[in-house]
Amino acid sequence: MTITEKILAHGSGKQQLVPGDVVFVKVDKVMVHDVSGPGVIKVLSEWEKRGKKFDHVWDADRVWVAEDHFVPAADKVSAENIMTLSKWTEEQGIKKHFKYGLGQYGICHTLSHEEAMVLPGEVYVAGDSHTNTTGALGAFAAGLGHTDIAYTLMNGKIWLKVPETILIRIEGTKPDYMMAKDMILRIIGDIGTDGANYKAMQFSGNAVREMSMDERLTLTNMTTEAGAKNGIIEPDAVTDSYLHARTTARYEPILGDTDAEFSETITYELDNIEPTVAKPFSPANISAARELQEIEIDKVYIGSCTGAKFEDLQAAARILKGRKVKVRTEVLPAAQSIYVKAVKDGLARVFLEAGAVVGPPTCGACCGAHMGVLAKDEVCVSTTNRNFPGRMGHVESKTYLASPLVAAASALKGKITDPRDV
Amino acid sequence: MSSIRGRVHKFDRSNIDTDVIIPGQYLKIHDPIELAKHAMEGLDPEFAVKVSAGDIMLCGKNFGCGSSREHAPIALSQLGIKAILAPSFARIFYRNAIDGAYLLPIEIEEPTLTRISNNDEVKIDLPRNIILNLTKNESYKMKPFPELVAKIVQAGGLINLNNVEEG
Repeated sequence: MTITEKILAHGSGKQQLVPGDVVFVKVDKVMVHDVSGPGVIKVLSEWEKRGKKFDHVWDADRVWVAEDHFVPAADKVSAENIMTLSKWTEEQGIKKHFKYGLGQYGICHTLSHEEAMVLPGEVYVAGDSHTNTTGALGAFAAGLGHTDIAYTLMNGKIWLKVPETILIRIEGTKPDYMMAKDMILRIIGDIGTDGANYKAMQFSGNAVREMSMDERLTLTNMTTEAGAKNGIIEPDAVTDSYLHARTTARYEPILGDTDAEFSETITYELDNIEPTVAKPFSPANISAARELQEIEIDKVYIGSCTGAKFEDLQAAARILKGRKVKVRTEVLPAAQSIYVKAVKDGLARVFLEAGAVVGPPTCGACCGAHMGVLAKDEVCVSTTNRNFPGRMGHVESKTYLASPLVAAASALKGKITDPRDV
Repeated sequence: MSSIRGRVHKFDRSNIDTDVIIPGQYLKIHDPIELAKHAMEGLDPEFAVKVSAGDIMLCGKNFGCGSSREHAPIALSQLGIKAILAPSFARIFYRNAIDGAYLLPIEIEEPTLTRISNNDEVKIDLPRNIILNLTKNESYKMKPFPELVAKIVQAGGLINLNNVEEG
């Protein structure tokens, strides 16, 4: 069995599972945020009206809450949603509620690893599609909607179809102008936005083994854009040292069997990948950054669970240090802890002196929610994960998805720029 | 629910994502009536006023990709859309539609997409897994629901399945 099959077998109390099996799986952790939370609360209250008794979530210690999409409160409705959420977590006895303006908080998928909310071998479901991110820790992590999360909160389990696994091997040594973002954009470009629909995407190969956790998280984060049910990387020494720095919790890692079967194995050599950009209006619509160097841009956005982890900010700062941006540039660290580190390590100063704005952690404009959304015809280079029509604002705005290195280089030139060319 | 009959709204493109079905700025809204006003706004701002209760959508493959927002099937269901026909669906949209009992995501064969036209009257015969085109007098196969999905549809949503399946 693959690691995904073994985690699901463990969670469902089965000896053996094969792709296509449908099982009810015990869930270890559940997360909701300020968009999915109020939706889930609404479903639960409607079920109560229909006679389903619900006093408390099945296990308040396994549930955690993030405020990320509409913080700082974008308007009255957003503020009310956050109040609703706070009242609910208090009633439910949920202690891990990361609140805006009250210590550590940030984008849910970033907190999941920064705060070690999820551990290797666990089954983690959450009310957000980019839940796949957390699979980089060696957990089964998948996004669900309100109804499924409400059911899970009631019963501590959910139905899942065991996915086939596509194994993606990445070999070679990563040059310093390249990032995991370039690799995952290339992969999505090759397999398409439904290339892994209903499947698991597992990453291996020496380039992945040598990759830091921040970079691995970029790979799993964007498996969602290929339609994958989950993205996963087998835990190793990198995983252990990352987690040991953040938690004393013990865990039992699960690894795939050596004779595990994959529906497909795709191998990449890093020599054949270069800084890559996804053009509007699909993450699969890729080109080499150098092929797009005539494209003038209005704005650069360095933010989100995909592209504002600490190493993403370090990469952007490496390019921006001592230089000035030519177009509007926003940097929004993905969590308060990363923001603090960016201040301590001098990165925030680099951004500010370059002329960029450094804003609070939020999903913000990544999902077109608020704070820096795009105007009609505005062109943005963004370290985020989606560029569908209207994703970051006006339906006729244009987003080019890129690595933090490409985004920072583009900010300096005001055109899409390969980091080797600055 | 044994059959659904309605008029077709055709969106002849693949990968219709949930940002188009209900843009991110409306995610703070949880009132179905408000959400419905903005359904499909990213592709057709007039959609909400064109639709009548009982209508059916016909779309290209990978319908509902992107964000997990349950707002998407909620908005479409509130407009009265009973079913969506497409060669394939993104997994979270599919689950949300079934588990929340908002509407039926029905998988069709790729060529059926070109056979059915906008405004055709179709009848989905669930027990027989076929789709009848009453306008063109044709019929097409639909992919039967997997066993558990069929049970959830029958029960009227995941909540009504309680304790049927103990894992």
